[in-house]
Amino acid sequence: MNLQTMIDKLQLSVLTEPREFSSITPRGGYTSDLLSCVMAGAKNNNIWVTLQAHMNIVAVAAMLEVAAVIITENAQPDEATIAKANEQGVILLSTPQASYEVCGTLWDMNLR
Amino acid sequence: MDPIRPPTEQEKFGRHRPLTDRDAHEINRVEELSYDLKIHEVMASNVITTPPNVPISEVLELLRINRISGVPVMDGETLVGIISLEDIVRALQNNELEKPVHRYMTSDLVTVHTHDSIVEAIRTFTEQGLGRLPVVDENNKLKGIITKGDITRGILLAVQRDYKEEEVRRYRVSHLFEDIISDRTTLVLRYNIKAGDFNHGGNASGNIKRALLRLGADSQLARRCGIAAYEAEMNLIIHTNDGGILKLEVEPHKITISTADNGPGIEDIQKVLQPGYSTATEKVREMGFGAGMGLVNIQKCVDTMEIDSTLGKGTKLTMYIAVPAETLNSNKGTS
Repeated sequence: MNLQTMIDKLQLSVLTEPREFSSITPRGGYTSDLLSCVMAGAKNNNIWVTLQAHMNIVAVAAMLEVAAVIITENAQPDEATIAKANEQGVILLSTPQASYEVCGTLWDMNLR
Repeated sequence: MDPIRPPTEQEKFGRHRPLTDRDAHEINRVEELSYDLKIHEVMASNVITTPPNVPISEVLELLRINRISGVPVMDGETLVGIISLEDIVRALQNNELEKPVHRYMTSDLVTVHTHDSIVEAIRTFTEQGLGRLPVVDENNKLKGIITKGDITRGILLAVQRDYKEEEVRRYRVSHLFEDIISDRTTLVLRYNIKAGDFNHGGNASGNIKRALLRLGADSQLARRCGIAAYEAEMNLIIHTNDGGILKLEVEPHKITISTADNGPGIEDIQKVLQPGYSTATEKVREMGFGAGMGLVNIQKCVDTMEIDSTLGKGTKLTMYIAVPAETLNSNKGTS
């Protein structure tokens, strides 16, 4: 399943530059708001679901090379964070839903 | 005449574009190339043409022999039209294959210029629904012909070229250790980390990871080192009085990552090694730091970790990662 399908199904807002999302196929996901846990638990090409929206999620996402970050409950990263994400090739997506719901939907979509 | 195909000289175009690891996986790269690549770089320049007054059946034969689906129509030096299989099918339906080309050719010509970006051609293809476009120079002289296939091939070649350049660069760097003869060669990278500088948190460790990839480390090794360096870097930002130094030392057989700071020092080292133990402030925890997992993560990523700390003086954290044989092209390598 590609990232575009997830964006459509979850009605995610794309915060970073548009990309060819249909050519990105994430594998599995991880959710936590504790950055060290993410560092230990998230894998390359995962979807990372988090409530955190500050600058440091970009470094974590870039280090781990996650496929995309879904920021939940409408938490808004500032412009500098979005700029840095664009610079590092990190995809930031946003949703009003809570992490629990987002993960549930992704699980149902068979992102496991 | 030669059949229409992209010129093989394409490989000769000198292009200098470094390709990052990430770029290689990005479709963005193709978008960028569609602006950078010029039409004359991908078009076929040995164009088969036909005069306007020959019978259509001759063109059909020309297309068949050369396995192409359309040719420009030239009246002497002047481009007057283009005739494709579609036009020929129309003639066939009317049983007029022996009529001259100009009766069925498309004379309402859409052309592109040699020095336009290929994005222009892509746009024209999409807007006009055409299969091929004659390419003309500034004097409106026919210089070539371009199809969607030429564009795809041109982009693929350019991506491949970028990739090769990056490979060569990486190869050169990774031979650093072979080319420099000493009893012990060490590459040292130092980063000054400021206390409380969350905005730049992760920059140094990101650079460390990239440097290791450049040096030929596999992604697994670079990732382990990157995560360990990240946790160490964040510790300097979160916990120190006035920052510290993050240092990467690369040797052919071993990578050492270390930090040194001037305090405050750790009161009980056994405690900080317990998963979940943290002295971070509430504010820092809200950002998702201070999970008490930093050193635990480091221990998972490195082979050996040493902490030397004196309360009131400072902390030295040293991490060692063994490099699998030949990863960084040691002197004992196969070459």
